[in-house]
Amino acid sequence: MASARVVITGLGAVSPLGLSVGDMWEGLCAGRCGIGEITAFDPVGFNCKLAGQVPDHKIQSYLPKSHRKAAKLMSRDIELAVVASDEAFRSSGLITKGIDADKINVDPARVAINFGAGLISCDLVELAPAAAVSVTDGRFDIRKWGKEGLEQVTPLWLLKYLPNMLACHVGIIHDIQGPSNSITCAEASAHLAIGEAAQIISRGDSDVALAGGAEAKVNPIVMIRQCLIKRATSENNDEPAAACRPFDADAKGSVFGEGAGVVVLESLERAQNRSVKIYAEVVGVGSSNSINPVYEHLEADGRGIQIAVEKALADAQIQPDDLDLIVPHGTGIAADDMAEARGLEAVLGEAVKEIAVWPTKSVLSNTGAASGALDIIAAVCAMAEGKVPAAKNCDRKADGCNLNIVKQAQEVDIRYALCCSYTYGGQTAAVVLKSFDGEATN
Amino acid sequence: MIERDTTERVVITGMGIVCPLGHDVETVWRAVLAGKSGMARTAIFDASTFPSTFGAEVKDYDPVKYTKKPQFHKHGNRGSGFAVGAAVQACGQAGIDVETDKPGDRINRSRLGIYLGAGEGSVDNDVFFAALVEAWDSEKGKMDWGKWAEVAFGRMDPMRELEQEPNMPAAHIAMLTGARGPTRSCLTACAASTQAVGEATEMIRRGDADIMIAGGAHSMIHPLGVMGFNRLTAISTRNDSPQTASRPFTVSRDGFVLGEGAAMLILESLTSARTRGVEILGEVIGYGSSSDAFRVTDMHEEGRGPIQAMSWALADAGISEKQVDYINTHGTGTTENDSIETKAIKAVFKEEAKNTPASSVKSVLGHLIGAAGAAELITCVLAIRDNIVPPTMNLNDPDPELDLDYVPNEPRKMPVNIAMNESFGFGGQNNVVIIRRLREN
Repeated sequence: MASARVVITGLGAVSPLGLSVGDMWEGLCAGRCGIGEITAFDPVGFNCKLAGQVPDHKIQSYLPKSHRKAAKLMSRDIELAVVASDEAFRSSGLITKGIDADKINVDPARVAINFGAGLISCDLVELAPAAAVSVTDGRFDIRKWGKEGLEQVTPLWLLKYLPNMLACHVGIIHDIQGPSNSITCAEASAHLAIGEAAQIISRGDSDVALAGGAEAKVNPIVMIRQCLIKRATSENNDEPAAACRPFDADAKGSVFGEGAGVVVLESLERAQNRSVKIYAEVVGVGSSNSINPVYEHLEADGRGIQIAVEKALADAQIQPDDLDLIVPHGTGIAADDMAEARGLEAVLGEAVKEIAVWPTKSVLSNTGAASGALDIIAAVCAMAEGKVPAAKNCDRKADGCNLNIVKQAQEVDIRYALCCSYTYGGQTAAVVLKSFDGEATN
Repeated sequence: MIERDTTERVVITGMGIVCPLGHDVETVWRAVLAGKSGMARTAIFDASTFPSTFGAEVKDYDPVKYTKKPQFHKHGNRGSGFAVGAAVQACGQAGIDVETDKPGDRINRSRLGIYLGAGEGSVDNDVFFAALVEAWDSEKGKMDWGKWAEVAFGRMDPMRELEQEPNMPAAHIAMLTGARGPTRSCLTACAASTQAVGEATEMIRRGDADIMIAGGAHSMIHPLGVMGFNRLTAISTRNDSPQTASRPFTVSRDGFVLGEGAAMLILESLTSARTRGVEILGEVIGYGSSSDAFRVTDMHEEGRGPIQAMSWALADAGISEKQVDYINTHGTGTTENDSIETKAIKAVFKEEAKNTPASSVKSVLGHLIGAAGAAELITCVLAIRDNIVPPTMNLNDPDPELDLDYVPNEPRKMPVNIAMNESFGFGGQNNVVIIRRLREN
């Protein structure tokens, strides 16, 4: 059986630049920075006081009546996924139960869901009162916790924090009954999830898939981890817009944030049958590992990135110089940026000087499991608009980085774009997108 | 995406396990057949006042025994440690060299991948709770974040914090094996490692990898995990008799018993396995994945999701339900699961339902959560190898509403050629994998 071609027919984004894809793209074009001082909690005592925070939203307005009560079971990660999924379906023209239960135009059993999710951290404020009653002689007492403490915690507590609950809530709202997966490879999650969803459609197990990632990293326990392993910047606290500097000589670390990016994937045949706008085609998927005993960072030569990108290009059946745009992971962590640059250069060869490279985290922040999806959406927008906005904060490229970082906004006709990512722990991922020109053949 | 002319058949060439019943496949299998229970009073932390004071813990295990490079694995959480042992065993059986820069196994590392269903590690309990206690201002009813940061920054260990991330078991396996092929880690609750095996199979079928290390690793036996399950009333509180507490399909069942461990399978294209001349333990022939899309807290009453997953797996395998010799149920021992799973099996297997043995090894193994599916799939491979079906232990007071053949209390010698493994997760993910004795055509 011929495998299906897979296209993107819907986009949804919640980011520090706003609650929609339009807000994000407008912000990226205007060079607006989504990073600011943390307000979700008082970051006093944290060496990084910055984050990319999503503007306020009313979750109830994104929920069908039948699911409103379930809002109290939603951690922030889940909320963000719900909001972005709503936009993604609306923009696709697909009518699910959650959009309008009377006009459903998609078979729930033929829809898959595949989300990248983070390690959802518990809300410390929820646990602290329980811990406070579990004290003997001023110290935490596990025996009291097992009795008095435990009873203070809401019965459904655990269900807020399981990583698969993003897909669970969104799946219930939109009645998605096909394959469901939750990829937990930290910052590489969304690319892996979107890649897997595309393959599920390609092999014929679904006709439509909702795929992407969401994570809310503006939480004290998440932030402290990134500070402790020295991935978060501790400088530029008074200059948020200049704090995250991917590939720049003065890069001092990443700035973390929150967001959700979701795309609707669909078999080309199904999309063409309903004459809907096709944003791009997913033509290549690759993944690998960075192998480094110091596994919070990439290996220095970026080999894990290189292999993932090579696999994605081979899957797409294109050569490196066919690429017109690369959205790298570009965290602003100097050693990792350099490793990523080396890995990309190893694949691209001479083409490294030509292909536009557009890191986004300087303005979007590092949204963890959401970041890869936001990057894919940014690349799709760039393709659709024929325009690559300027990368921010790479004022003086780091020594040895030969990437062609986009200094000024460019009008470009983008045929092929590459998005890649990696994470602590070593998983790497790459996705190749192709602009859709309306032809029914390769 | 690249289109290939043929689909690879996928076989199993290695297995490894670290679980409450032992630290190697044969020991665990003997214990399962003997009906030996893995449950005991909780020893990892003081659970004496919790509603559930017992669990199925991995005992006397040291991951360092499996590695020449303990410095790379010393920070690992319990799940990562179990993953290391299980992976080393599985690779050993399949002839995959580990911990060497110059493997002599002639396996292309960029075509050796990893797919785990793995869980998060425990928080660093002492520091975590101390920070909460010190930072909570009960008069104002709010946190003093400065205080919290002071305690946390002062006492948290960076690597222990990092090791809580669910992708860490996969990281450790990559370091062990040098795997550079496609790698993913998923966490679809109790269905995760069955999903991992299913999706890893698809990667080989598609030609993206020759060999996948697939399985799961998880431990939720920690104060927050046990609290969470106790608050959900999902786990048994039969504190006076841990060894008979996991009693799927009985009228007195009161929840699952929380376990921990890791289980790994080496999946390989038939072509690669034949070229390498390794022993083939079975073939993965079908995979189905569905979601309930029903409620956050409950399964769909009629078992809609499990029915779909089973039906899709059968269709994928190209077999009818009549050909399935054995069903390894999800069989948790919760009121809801066992009755809905029974309904779903009846809906799919129709008149064959009562004639198809369907047992739950969770009765002795406990529920390994993320690692459960892979551990149970290993028992399916062995059931085929030895033509014997493992029993559901503690089935002394059958629920009159549940009338399938659950293989009560005694293993059963019988021909087993095809086995179906079922895993259903909190939140409604359902995954089913079907395996078969290798046929030569």
